[in-house]
Amino acid sequence: MFENLTDKLQDTFRDLTGRGSLTEKNIRDAMREVRLALLDADVNFQIVKEFVNDVTEQCLGERVMKSVKPGQQAIKIVSDQLEALMGDACVPLELSSSPATIVMVGLHGSGKTTTTAKLATHLMKQGRRPLLAAADVYRPAAIDQLQTLGESLDVPVYVDRETTDISAIAAAAVQRARQERRDVVIIDTAGRLQVDDDLVAELIGLKNAVDPDEILLVADAALGQEAVSVAKHFNDAMDLTGIILTKLDGDARGGAALSMRRITNKPIKFIGVGEKIEDLEPFHPDRMASRILGMGDVVSLVEKAAETISLEDAKRLEQKMLKNKYDFDDFLNQLDQLKKLGGMSFVLDMIPGGKKLKEGADLDESMLRHTEAILSSMTPYERQHPEVLGMVSRRQRIANGSGRKLVEVQQLIKRFESMRGMIGNFRKMSGMFGGGAAGSSGGVGVGGGGGSGGHRVVSQKAKKAARKKHKRANKRRR
Amino acid sequence: MKSLIEKFKFGLQRTKTMLVRNIQTIFSDEEQWTDDHYERLEEVLIGADLGVELTQRVVDDIRAKYERGLIRTSADIIASSRALFTTLLQENKADAIRFSDVGPTVFLLVGVNGSGKTTTAGKLAAHWKAEGKTVLLAACDTFRAAAIEQLKIWGTRVDCPVVASQYGADAASVAYDAVNAAVARRVDILIIDTAGRQHTRKGLMDELSKITRITGKACAGAPHHTWLVVDGSTGTNALQQAREFRKSAELTGLCVTKLDGTSKGGVVVAIHSELRLSVHFVGLGEEPSDLQPFDSEFFADALFDVGALA
Repeated sequence: MFENLTDKLQDTFRDLTGRGSLTEKNIRDAMREVRLALLDADVNFQIVKEFVNDVTEQCLGERVMKSVKPGQQAIKIVSDQLEALMGDACVPLELSSSPATIVMVGLHGSGKTTTTAKLATHLMKQGRRPLLAAADVYRPAAIDQLQTLGESLDVPVYVDRETTDISAIAAAAVQRARQERRDVVIIDTAGRLQVDDDLVAELIGLKNAVDPDEILLVADAALGQEAVSVAKHFNDAMDLTGIILTKLDGDARGGAALSMRRITNKPIKFIGVGEKIEDLEPFHPDRMASRILGMGDVVSLVEKAAETISLEDAKRLEQKMLKNKYDFDDFLNQLDQLKKLGGMSFVLDMIPGGKKLKEGADLDESMLRHTEAILSSMTPYERQHPEVLGMVSRRQRIANGSGRKLVEVQQLIKRFESMRGMIGNFRKMSGMFGGGAAGSSGGVGVGGGGGSGGHRVVSQKAKKAARKKHKRANKRRR
Repeated sequence: MKSLIEKFKFGLQRTKTMLVRNIQTIFSDEEQWTDDHYERLEEVLIGADLGVELTQRVVDDIRAKYERGLIRTSADIIASSRALFTTLLQENKADAIRFSDVGPTVFLLVGVNGSGKTTTAGKLAAHWKAEGKTVLLAACDTFRAAAIEQLKIWGTRVDCPVVASQYGADAASVAYDAVNAAVARRVDILIIDTAGRQHTRKGLMDELSKITRITGKACAGAPHHTWLVVDGSTGTNALQQAREFRKSAELTGLCVTKLDGTSKGGVVVAIHSELRLSVHFVGLGEEPSDLQPFDSEFFADALFDVGALA
């Protein structure tokens, strides 16, 4: 996401940072590039103009021109301004009524129905009990779509196929929620053009009928210059409370996000980042700004890791590593966690400089799948006792079972062994530095309670090195 | 019923008014055209989603002509841009849609989520049925909830049979069955609706290649046409979509949807001039008859309403 915009801005900045001093011309040239990059990313031209003027003026100010690293300063200004453009902080939903109501509005095909289900999932994670209301009475099978999604989530869906009066549907849905002790109602409406006065009036009627807590504009991240008109019209008519940006897993440059936020002054509350029902994330402007500028988004990565990887698992793994008992089961486990995180490609997107790394490595996610297939074709005994895999007949059977070539199996085992060897080395080192005196089994000390802090650091380093090595090995294979 | 040009003009009304009016405002009563004027022209064109590249081409063209003394008024700019766009749209224009002499002609509709594939499939069926052809629809979006029902409702609405399977079924196998059914029933046209997919998702794009491959096995030469369905309100990302989809499926053309009500449509010109993909149909409204064959002359005329200047 935002990749092309990031690329362009980075090139521009590389030029700027390389200089000890900046002239007015340097700045103006760079800003011309920034302008084109933003325009090319579908940011509204009016907003681009203001943005560029603003940034240029600040960059030409004394503080920047006379600072030691003017290029860095200029980048900071751009980054700060971008952040300001996208909003100050992550704004949560405000659902104070009982039951609270949320209305989803937007153009055709922006993803309202899908997002309704995703939002319900999100709210359920927070302990809420949502009810969905099918108020898209125009698109064929839209009601069926919401019903199917509701069933799969085990969330009730209010449906009334007899009427096209969406205000009545919404009011009845709220009533139903009250009866069934549901504490939030999400109302899915039909897609409509922002300039279709009749249909927009219908929404205003709905708003008056249920007095919603949240009115969310669902907008496609790939929207072009039209984004401003869409956001402005819906906001003027409905007084939105926020925006949800969908389909950010494509490569849309997301200029629409900047424009809509700026024009309505309403926060972007969520972003849709994939096809799965849980692929909806709260929007963090600061993180997005640093992602746009190619500085990665480590905070989100760590958060996501904390969500997917349990602390016990991590502890257990650490213990196993310290005892040099790391086996193929752990390896498989880690692969699984990586997959849950969103795959290599996702992880690389989130770390600073990761994008460049990705280009160089020509990453192939199917590699992970193949490795997984090989591991799954081993017997549990083999996974726990990797040493028995010296037998060619075992290796051949695994190759047959996984549908991979024998050499691939051999390479995997070899990689694993060298990784294990490295972990062993770190273990010895940790023994020397940390709990040498506490030497117990096997002659090499694994410290007791007191030394554990130190071990943690070392073992983490070991993990990192192992992973790096693993990656390098992968690269060689290709 | 409105005439075709009326429909185009009506659908693109907002693009037209904006472009023409803005150009007039910028250049009216100006003795000298300066960098500032050109920059504003650039903004207007970008505002119509023409994209940076094409915009710069137009602006350079105007600037060169002005400096050589060939043009002097805002009307000249509009006439000159209109001419340029017509030329661009007519370069490498696709031939009329070719239908097979024997057996069904298979159309595969592809695109990102929410671009309007299912609706377009329904409207295309209506269009060709009105021409007296027999049409079969295939519901190969086995992923999105209720996508099959949606196409079936269209099938009932335009009185056209629909081949469908279960959710979660292999889309390629449904396509295979549909082609066989089309051959057996001797229909003229088979329209295959597929699931929306982001062009960045490799797995889903591979699935698309598979559908294409399998369809070809069931009937030699199929799919005869693979059309990318693009939402007209999409900005420059539409170009990227076209670039990526063509890697997995041999795109033969475009359908641009939702061109009514949007103030844009410029992306059509950008895609055509950069990727040499012609637009076959455009969606100009919600009615089945609002899907219309694309005509570059009409489009350029509607974009720069020449009549309004007189």
